[in-house]
Amino acid sequence: MSSADSSLPGVGRLRATLTSVFAGHDGRMIAGTMGGIYLLLILVGLLAGFDAGGVVNTLRAATVYAAGYGMLVLALNLHWGYTGLFNIGVAGFMAVGTYTTAILSAAPSTEPGFGLGLPLGVAVIGGMLAAALLGVLTALPALRLRADYLAIVTVALSEIIRLGIKSRPLAEFTLLGTTVGTGGGRGISYPAPNRFGSWALETVPGGGAVYDVGAAVGVARPVIEGVVYMFLLIASAAAFWVFLVRVGNSPFGRVLKAIREDELVASSLGKDTRRFKLIVFAVGCALMGLAGYLWLGRSGFVNDLSFRPNITFFVFVALIIGGAGSNTGSILGGMVFSSVLFYFPQFVSQNFSPGGVAPRNFVAALDGVGAFGAYALQNISAIRFMLIGIVLVYLMQNRPQGLLGHRTESAAAIDLLDRDAGMRADGGAPDTASRPDRQGEDGE
Amino acid sequence: MGVAEQLTRGRSIVRGRIDVLLVTLLVVLLGVDLLGQLVGGALGFPFLASVFLEGLVVGLAYGLAGIGLSMTYSILNFANFAHGDTVTVGAFAGWSTAYVLGGLGTAGVGSLFLLGGSPSISVLSAFGVVVIGALTAGASGAALSLALDRVVYRPMRSADGISLLIASIGVALGLRYLIAFVYGTDVRGVTAPVSKLGLFRLEGVTGIGLIRPGQRVGELAGAGELPFFLPVGAGGTGSEVLVSLTLHGVALAIAASGLMLGVHLLLQRTKLGTAMRAMADNKPLARVTGIPTERVIRATWIVGGALTGIAGFLIVLERGTMSFTFGWLLLLFIFSAVILGGIGSIYGAMAGGIIIGLVDSMAIIWLPSSLTKAAAFAVLILVLIVRPDGLFGGVTTA
Amino acid sequence: MVGRPIRPRARTDRVRTVSEPPPSAEPLEPPVDTSGEPTVGADGGFPLRVEGLSKTFGGITAVADVSFRISEGSLTGLIGPNGAGKSTTFNCIAGVHTPTAGEIYFNGEPITGFEPSQIATKGLVRTFQIARELEEMTVLENMMLAPSGQLGESLLRSVLPGLRKGVMAQEAELRDRVWEMLELFEIDHLAGEYAGNLSGGQRKLLEMARALMTDPEMVLLDEPLAGVNPTLEEKILDRIQQLRGEGYTFLLVEHDMDVIMNNCEQVIVMHQGKILAEGEPATIRENERVIDAYLGDSDE
Repeated sequence: MSSADSSLPGVGRLRATLTSVFAGHDGRMIAGTMGGIYLLLILVGLLAGFDAGGVVNTLRAATVYAAGYGMLVLALNLHWGYTGLFNIGVAGFMAVGTYTTAILSAAPSTEPGFGLGLPLGVAVIGGMLAAALLGVLTALPALRLRADYLAIVTVALSEIIRLGIKSRPLAEFTLLGTTVGTGGGRGISYPAPNRFGSWALETVPGGGAVYDVGAAVGVARPVIEGVVYMFLLIASAAAFWVFLVRVGNSPFGRVLKAIREDELVASSLGKDTRRFKLIVFAVGCALMGLAGYLWLGRSGFVNDLSFRPNITFFVFVALIIGGAGSNTGSILGGMVFSSVLFYFPQFVSQNFSPGGVAPRNFVAALDGVGAFGAYALQNISAIRFMLIGIVLVYLMQNRPQGLLGHRTESAAAIDLLDRDAGMRADGGAPDTASRPDRQGEDGE
Repeated sequence: MGVAEQLTRGRSIVRGRIDVLLVTLLVVLLGVDLLGQLVGGALGFPFLASVFLEGLVVGLAYGLAGIGLSMTYSILNFANFAHGDTVTVGAFAGWSTAYVLGGLGTAGVGSLFLLGGSPSISVLSAFGVVVIGALTAGASGAALSLALDRVVYRPMRSADGISLLIASIGVALGLRYLIAFVYGTDVRGVTAPVSKLGLFRLEGVTGIGLIRPGQRVGELAGAGELPFFLPVGAGGTGSEVLVSLTLHGVALAIAASGLMLGVHLLLQRTKLGTAMRAMADNKPLARVTGIPTERVIRATWIVGGALTGIAGFLIVLERGTMSFTFGWLLLLFIFSAVILGGIGSIYGAMAGGIIIGLVDSMAIIWLPSSLTKAAAFAVLILVLIVRPDGLFGGVTTA
Repeated sequence: MVGRPIRPRARTDRVRTVSEPPPSAEPLEPPVDTSGEPTVGADGGFPLRVEGLSKTFGGITAVADVSFRISEGSLTGLIGPNGAGKSTTFNCIAGVHTPTAGEIYFNGEPITGFEPSQIATKGLVRTFQIARELEEMTVLENMMLAPSGQLGESLLRSVLPGLRKGVMAQEAELRDRVWEMLELFEIDHLAGEYAGNLSGGQRKLLEMARALMTDPEMVLLDEPLAGVNPTLEEKILDRIQQLRGEGYTFLLVEHDMDVIMNNCEQVIVMHQGKILAEGEPATIRENERVIDAYLGDSDE
């Protein structure tokens, strides 16, 4: 399972240096990667002639993407990387979570879409529960299917959800005497999560000062509020990560890995694998629902086009890049994918245009290298997706384990190799006191 | 002996049959309701007939497109998510050719290639061009599939089905956005309006006839205005269309049926066909008995790819419009057809296609139009959960 | 306290002496127990009872009307030529297949058609013929998987701050027991290795050690010696005999006649889905029908 070794000495040395600095230090890897991405964006931003506000906003947008993808990839990693459940219905579960939260929190009289006007906390929990419930309903019949059938079922379900959201009956209906609805194709408006930014700055003492600092440097108010929301997303992603690391490094996570490796063995050792799969599926779906709301739903408006199946595939690509089975890999994959493959090309295209008018169509673009380049730049969106497809094929052929997938994370709550150390935990206080009393082999 | 295990045993036996029971019950209920609506007048026969016919024709296309998917699914053991985009590429290749040939002289070749210029192409006005277009679509589908196998799937021959599935997702993205890059993202109308063949009633006379695009049955002065009319019987009053199909739909039906017959002959009468069936049933055994598997795999991609390309071309012919995502949007329907029919079964793909087509179009009798597609997908999920082998699964390929 | 620590099962006073007569329809005799202690749950001294077991796959009858009893604390061998139905019988007992007819009882409770996990929880555990190691998990993780009653198998307990401490404490206990077991099987030096890197013989040892971590009452061994070199084979057999002394019951499916004859006190011979003969090795060795079956003479 070794990756292709480069024959160039420089590359080898670079790799050695990178490994020694980063390997084994998850925090450094995550920070380092994001730092590298920031540098790239700052550079290109300055080249494009951005001012401070522009640069800050660029970094903010990229980070928001990274955090959003990070959360989704972590959730999918729980399903597929850990438990081997091939769920390509991610978009559908995101939609259910977001729409439920939206409907619960939207004010009753706002169009498009109608809501129940419930408090935000209730709405968010409701959204997660709805996604989890759908997960359970899907899982009950479908989890015993082999992986590719499960994939097809989840894709079909995701599409049914999308069609359902757009459909007339669900666009507007009566629930408990109130008119509620998804708004169909027109979408639904609801209190925007990213108002958190302005709310925080107004509530927290000293918030006003932040605005002033920003103004002095040339960063506008909306950008500052956006940055604050960005921090919320980062905190959210961090919370996801901590949660999932705990899930993985535990007896529960151990059984999940066993299920992925060989479910019959897990079952023959007395584990009720169905129960584990149901719980994992539900929890993962709830996380997807929350991520959908906090990230895709952050502006306070969604419609059926917000959750097309492509999103699921992008999350998959990100997971494979980062390495399925690794939580840190999930974050890295989310960052790299969203920034490099997704955000960056768009960014370049929007801010760098060659002089003159780009060729109208492909045939005109064949006139010459310059013409083709201009055409390509204008249609960078399509090229970007082609590239994603090619990257995916390349990875599956040459490095299916992605960046960190080969590094299987410990499936125990303590260090198993440390046999005489009592209870030394993953970050907990080492217990250097007496060994726990062991039952003698000769006694009871 | 004990009650507990009696129950466990009893439950599993009943569960095995209860799914079939429930489905049969559902079908019967729907059938009864349908009759009720017909008799009661809530549903008019012309509407039912047209919906039925449309489902049949569309289903034939799904079936044709599904044959390739079914074959590669069973022989190579992976669900090819790039299949829909192969349909798209074949269709675009075929129609570009048809446009360039059919519109020669009316506009620049480049413009025609990109499906501009609006040459008026229909099966009546440019039959030869349409045929060449279809053949080109088939050839492109075959060539594309072969190339993809060589580059993407063959290096992964030993990989498991899921890895191949994921790789095919990558291929799907690549193909789809290649088309978007070249042709743009618009939905474009492609064919010229064409006559309809159908059963009409003209002033109380029922007959089979051909009606031109602009004509309305109620506004005709007499049967003479129609290019063709063969009276069949008398009865009823007034003029109405009882059931009709555009000539493009007819062309689709005929071509699809013919191709399916051809595949059947291929599988039954040729050595290659026998080898393909053997491999679909039991690859290791086939290899051991000396069937040259790589050759069979290539042949499968070629035949499957050709059928897929032609199916794409014909679907666009019948619909009249195309866009870079149309094949991708069909993918789930094609999967439904294949899985309903049983993976690896050619006849299953055909039958599954027809059933899915019918479900999709006839669902409108009971469901709002925004949900009819969901009905077909629900069938897919149901089949996978209840009887993943499908109708003809577990049986030999042909 | 999770499970029970490894301890000798001091039941030497209740070891059954060998063979039982071929299965019949008579009701079971409760054992004569001179120690005065109640026989709990052992179903009259036969932890495993199979009655009238049949299994058909499509048109093929793999197992037809098979009945036998396994005595407590015994080492019983199940042998037969290829296709005799041993694996199918084994898998029916283990819950992989649902029998078409017949009943299986473990400690007097019916387990026919139960899920493998339910059967294992009751104390009947099985090993796999082609050692199914969880390859991307280490030897230690493989072993830690096995014990039942792990608090940390609840998601909430593994995650919530206060409760996680309790999980970690239990993990430490289990870890100690795991190391002991690994030492017993002399594979402790491989503890941190990924199971996928082990040799075939080492995997077999891990397989057995792991099964024993569930602290079962009875172990079904599916060809534990297949493809194993003679030295290792002896080691494994020694281990099995030692564990028998501690009170475990074993049912062994094997191909190697000599191994069975030399080690088991009861032998069940299957042929073409039925039981051909049953009894002590000495009796079986002389049995003409058994000899015929193995020589491939299908005319009975």
